[in-house]
Amino acid sequence: MTGINVVKGTVTPLDQANIDTDQIIPKQFLTGVTRSGYGINLFHDWRYLDGNKNTPDAKFPLNMPQYSGSKILLTRENFGCGSSREHAPWALADFGFDCIIATSFADIFYGNSINNQLLVVTLPNNELDQLFAKVEKDPTVVVTVELSSQTVVCENLTFTFDIASHHKNNLLKGLDAIGQTLELDPQITAFEKQRHSWL
Amino acid sequence: MPTTLYEKILNAHVVEDMGEDLLLYIDRHLIHEVTTPQAFAGLNEKNRKVRRPDLTFGTMDHSISTRSLALDACGPQNELQLNTLATNCAQHGIQLYPVGHKNQGIVHVIGPQQGLIHPGMTVVCGDSHTATHGAFGALAFGIGTSQVEHVLATQTLKQSRAKSMLIKVNGKLPLGVTAKDIILAIIGKIGHAGATGHVIEYAGDAISALSMEERMTVCNMSIEAGAKAGLIAPDQKTIDYIKGREYAPAEEHWDQAVSYWQSLYSDDNAQFDTVVELAAQDIEPQVTWGTNPGQVVGINQHVPQPTSFADLVSKESARKALTYMGLEAGQAITDISISHVFIGSCTNSRIEDLRAAAKVAALGKVAKGVTAIVVPGSVQVKQQAEDEKLDIIFKESGFEWRLPGCSMCLGMNDDILQPGERCASTSNRNFEGRQGRGARTHLVSPEMAVAAAIMGKFTDVRSMGER
Repeated sequence: MTGINVVKGTVTPLDQANIDTDQIIPKQFLTGVTRSGYGINLFHDWRYLDGNKNTPDAKFPLNMPQYSGSKILLTRENFGCGSSREHAPWALADFGFDCIIATSFADIFYGNSINNQLLVVTLPNNELDQLFAKVEKDPTVVVTVELSSQTVVCENLTFTFDIASHHKNNLLKGLDAIGQTLELDPQITAFEKQRHSWL
Repeated sequence: MPTTLYEKILNAHVVEDMGEDLLLYIDRHLIHEVTTPQAFAGLNEKNRKVRRPDLTFGTMDHSISTRSLALDACGPQNELQLNTLATNCAQHGIQLYPVGHKNQGIVHVIGPQQGLIHPGMTVVCGDSHTATHGAFGALAFGIGTSQVEHVLATQTLKQSRAKSMLIKVNGKLPLGVTAKDIILAIIGKIGHAGATGHVIEYAGDAISALSMEERMTVCNMSIEAGAKAGLIAPDQKTIDYIKGREYAPAEEHWDQAVSYWQSLYSDDNAQFDTVVELAAQDIEPQVTWGTNPGQVVGINQHVPQPTSFADLVSKESARKALTYMGLEAGQAITDISISHVFIGSCTNSRIEDLRAAAKVAALGKVAKGVTAIVVPGSVQVKQQAEDEKLDIIFKESGFEWRLPGCSMCLGMNDDILQPGERCASTSNRNFEGRQGRGARTHLVSPEMAVAAAIMGKFTDVRSMGER
């Protein structure tokens, strides 16, 4: 995996709190055995009125031409709550999003996103309000998210965000997490030798 | 220094302290068909082995039919996924309980059933309801597929230290109020994201009084409050439950294991980041009215006014939920009619759940126009229920008696509701579309689900005997 530092592009606004992973990718699309091809079903039940893709809901942001091709999804509190399905970040990335900016994320979704090089950025609601206002006024407005400096820049606005340094490092370097852990094989083996006898 | 139960388990599993992250050893890894194919594919691509197949156990549950043992009963995609699990387990030497096996069932039912879960263990599974196993005083949590691959390859996982929350349920639960009502009331109190970033420890007289299966129901829904995991300190009930099960500690290690388990509790002065207290006697049978498990009230209450919520997000969320659910603010919960009843899921499909449900089912017949199904959590639960003739009670009352599986909890199979259908469900999520596009889910206890089936609308199960 290659690392990720800068995501620059237009933004799709999805101004709603508590978006769960059942909405991001409904269960009927979890029967795959690969990591690809989930983008077409991203937000399926909200995107298509009839449930089979013939009638896209023109009022749903992902279907609006002005947001087509945007790399950043702007949303609110507790994004990605519910099921642990990693299909959620796979679907978001496959659709074309490289970055999600939200007030907060659910824990499992957040970790899954980091593991898939999907840049997850938290900003307080008052700063998100300003970004939503910019995008609603002008859908072509460009937002630049830079991980190394932990900044989100949109025209005259510059916000900084927090991210744990190990998460930051993993995203920037795109490290093979399993490969790294396998280098600790002697420690793992030593640990195994002192586990309780009944385990 | 006084430490919490969570810290004790965590500290006992640190392979390497990496600063912000800890590399934790994983004692038990449970797997199923939906969240593992990509993990095995990743291993195979890099020629990596499963480090500890002996600590890994698989079952088929999500994508299977509860009407047929045929793997293709829910279509070729599901069949491919199920066969992929079978191939991967065979290739890597992992014990699998496939459809038709005597130990098959919902992953969070069969783990405890086989004695695979012991106090003090770390347990993971690619499923958010893994916190179920916290009922044993094990640190159990759901993980994503990349993490499943990491555990398969290394038997470890990188984790940050979580915050701790103590939830004390004091006093005695009123008659007719269940473990499901306790956890729904807790989520209603702290909110759908109220425990994000935390590991919850449940304590208090009302928790100690619960059976092991009831404790599993409580811990199961920890994720519905956003928690990483939910724990209950082990006691004599925990020890008695494990004794004699297939994967219980061997006879020669039993006393040593028990004495270790008895050291697993939060010290008297241990500090929690957050403490929440509830009075058990104030809890009544719960019914969710919205589209997240925190949107819940007592059976004798009314659908709330969106304007009654303090913050903007909750107001907006309530408005949206009422539209989706087709409900009016102010409507009595007992005036809501249902078309379907689902008894099952990793929350409420164990033998005690079925016994409690059957007791109510014996009081009457499923109302006209209501479709009601009972889906036991495992082959063993099904067998036990049939030995006790519970299946006869259900069938005579008008319920369908099905094969074990996740079924209508998430509808990754042929148990799916149609738009507008309304279900009293003993499962754990009432999200939009969870049981089918446009379907409306109300979460309740098994007893309340049966009461709704008989009356055709939500009813206080405590009044059922008086009819």
